[in-house]
Amino acid sequence: MIELSQIRKAFNQGKHNEYWALSGIDLAIPENKVTALRGPSGSGKTTLLTILGCLARPTEGRVRFKGEDISGLPERFLTDIRRRSFGFIFQQFNLIRGLSAVENIILPAYPAGQPRKDLLLKAEALLADVALGHRRDAKVEWLSGGEQQRVAICRALINDPEILIADEPTANLDTKLSKEFLGILEKLADKGRTIVLTSHDPMVVDSDVVNFVVTLRDGRIVDEK
Amino acid sequence: MKIWIEKQKHLIDFTLASLARRKAKNLGLLFIYTLLVFVLASVALYTHALRTEAQKVLAGSPEIVLQRLVAGRHDLIPPGYLEQIGRIRGVQKMEGRLWGYYYDSVVKANYTFMAPRDLNIARGEIVVGPALERSRGLAAGNGISFRSYSGELHTFIVAEALPQASELVSADLVLMHEEDFRAFFKYPEGHWTDIAMSVANPQEVRNVALKLMTALPDSRPILRDEVLRTYASIFDWREGIMLALLSAAILAFGIFAWEKAAGLSAEEKREIGILKAIGWETGDVIKMKFWEGLLISLLAFLLGYVAAYLHVFHMDAIVFEPVLKGWAMLYPRFTLPPHIDGLQVATLFFFTVFPYTAAVLVPIWRAATTDPDTVMRG
Amino acid sequence: MRPAHRVLIVFAITAGSFVLTFVDAARLRAQSESASADTARLVERLGLTDPVLFTEARYTRHPTQADLQSAFQDHPVAFEHFPTGSLVPPPAGILKAYENLDRKTEAPD
Repeated sequence: MIELSQIRKAFNQGKHNEYWALSGIDLAIPENKVTALRGPSGSGKTTLLTILGCLARPTEGRVRFKGEDISGLPERFLTDIRRRSFGFIFQQFNLIRGLSAVENIILPAYPAGQPRKDLLLKAEALLADVALGHRRDAKVEWLSGGEQQRVAICRALINDPEILIADEPTANLDTKLSKEFLGILEKLADKGRTIVLTSHDPMVVDSDVVNFVVTLRDGRIVDEK
Repeated sequence: MKIWIEKQKHLIDFTLASLARRKAKNLGLLFIYTLLVFVLASVALYTHALRTEAQKVLAGSPEIVLQRLVAGRHDLIPPGYLEQIGRIRGVQKMEGRLWGYYYDSVVKANYTFMAPRDLNIARGEIVVGPALERSRGLAAGNGISFRSYSGELHTFIVAEALPQASELVSADLVLMHEEDFRAFFKYPEGHWTDIAMSVANPQEVRNVALKLMTALPDSRPILRDEVLRTYASIFDWREGIMLALLSAAILAFGIFAWEKAAGLSAEEKREIGILKAIGWETGDVIKMKFWEGLLISLLAFLLGYVAAYLHVFHMDAIVFEPVLKGWAMLYPRFTLPPHIDGLQVATLFFFTVFPYTAAVLVPIWRAATTDPDTVMRG
Repeated sequence: MRPAHRVLIVFAITAGSFVLTFVDAARLRAQSESASADTARLVERLGLTDPVLFTEARYTRHPTQADLQSAFQDHPVAFEHFPTGSLVPPPAGILKAYENLDRKTEAPD
């Protein structure tokens, strides 16, 4: 689905604090499978995730999405691909304060100009799937951590993306909620979505849901299973 | 097209939710902005309407009013002057005017006493302006006494009051017979206050004025043209209070715009990053902010203007009254007909909406082009 | 109701009021036409030169008839009485009347 060749990423390039987060990554993300990226902090897994999700461009190297080279595409096309094919679940959830759960969920669909009625129906269906229908109109700042994450998951799914990207999804959850998250993940995987996540939680990495584990250290891949 | 409309509505939904997060602050902003537009629009509407009306009614003033000056001060026209003018070509009609000021200590107001030539006012009678009717409670048939400057008490009967609709030009008038006037003020016989003239050919007015000044070197002709020009620049923004007001408004506006353009809070920056990460383009973020600027400034303009219109033309510009009246005890009560200068309204609209909207967009430009991956690290 | 729709209704109302002010202005103007005409006629008959806007002081009652020098002024063309002085400029042409003083005389001195 996504192929990375010879990816290198530098920050503050040319300055005295130049830092290479990734130094030569070759990786192929398989379709319809759950891939986990693991490694200690500073290993570059979040950076790799941003490049996989088209949120950032590599300093060197090529990215192929569904066979097409997207490394050189202008921002507008990249954003379009991102909106249509990717769904993001951030570590900090990154929901917009002051808006309700359902309003947050339909936000990614605004630029496409679909009728509000349709979007609301879709959002309500997604909320029902994660058992959060009763919190539809609650402002997100009043939701618990676990509830916020479920809203974040729904938001990631509103545009029916082929690929879901999650950054440390269980970092802010207790064991019970982590187990619930894995349950949701399993349901999504069963429906055939491609999922890529980063985690250093053994509960996630070692679970049956994850098909493919990539270990990173100091900006390089050291293991793949 | 439908998709475009739906998309704009989505952006407006988001902008409103965003504004609602700090409801009090944004409502306060809207209120102050509207107030600013209200004051400016009120001033613009009032002054333009007054200027237009004054010029309209004064179009019938005498073409030339000739004054005599002695040692730089206005003095009486002596006998013989009129005959000298009669010999100047181009002067169609001329008559001596008799008018002067009288201070009424009862209401502490100045009146203009006048002895018009063509009205038939009987001796012992006066015709009063509408403001006098109000302040001294005079009606037709009432009597009133004035103490002249020489100490005598003169009594008059009010024959009628001038119509209220003419108050703008007649509020303080007291019209009387010529002989009563001369007796009251001990005005010397054969002398006049000034001379009103009409000139047959309007192109000739300046030439006639020059001839007058040559023939009568101590005279000063005042042309109707000059009268109209004085009233064309009345309440001009270049004058004292108006300039102060305008400067204050510009300053207030500058503060607004600076506050907006000075940059985004950390929260706003984070939000823009999130929007971009979930699939909004730079253009979408900019459009959304554009709606924010436009909605506030357009609403402020519409509300401010409508309020100003109602204030000036349906409430007689009540907020300005103390400023305009000064310490005058007598003030005409007149309703201004609405003469509106479309160019002024358009200018106000332009300067209300565009700078503010631009100021809202300035900080967004930089933030909206941020790479969304910085959000991941937030 | 959707927020965008609520806002659009508010704008429809205010924009409508805005347009209405112009309609109302035309109506009021038409109404006042005859009164304005009567006033103009009065001006012509009496030979008036100024509206009654500034009645505080002698010369400000007829600003267009003011002479170059009057008592208690700061400078030759100042109106020192508030607010008139800050609302009206000196009469047009007031200095022009004295221009002829600056010229050569016809007969030599």
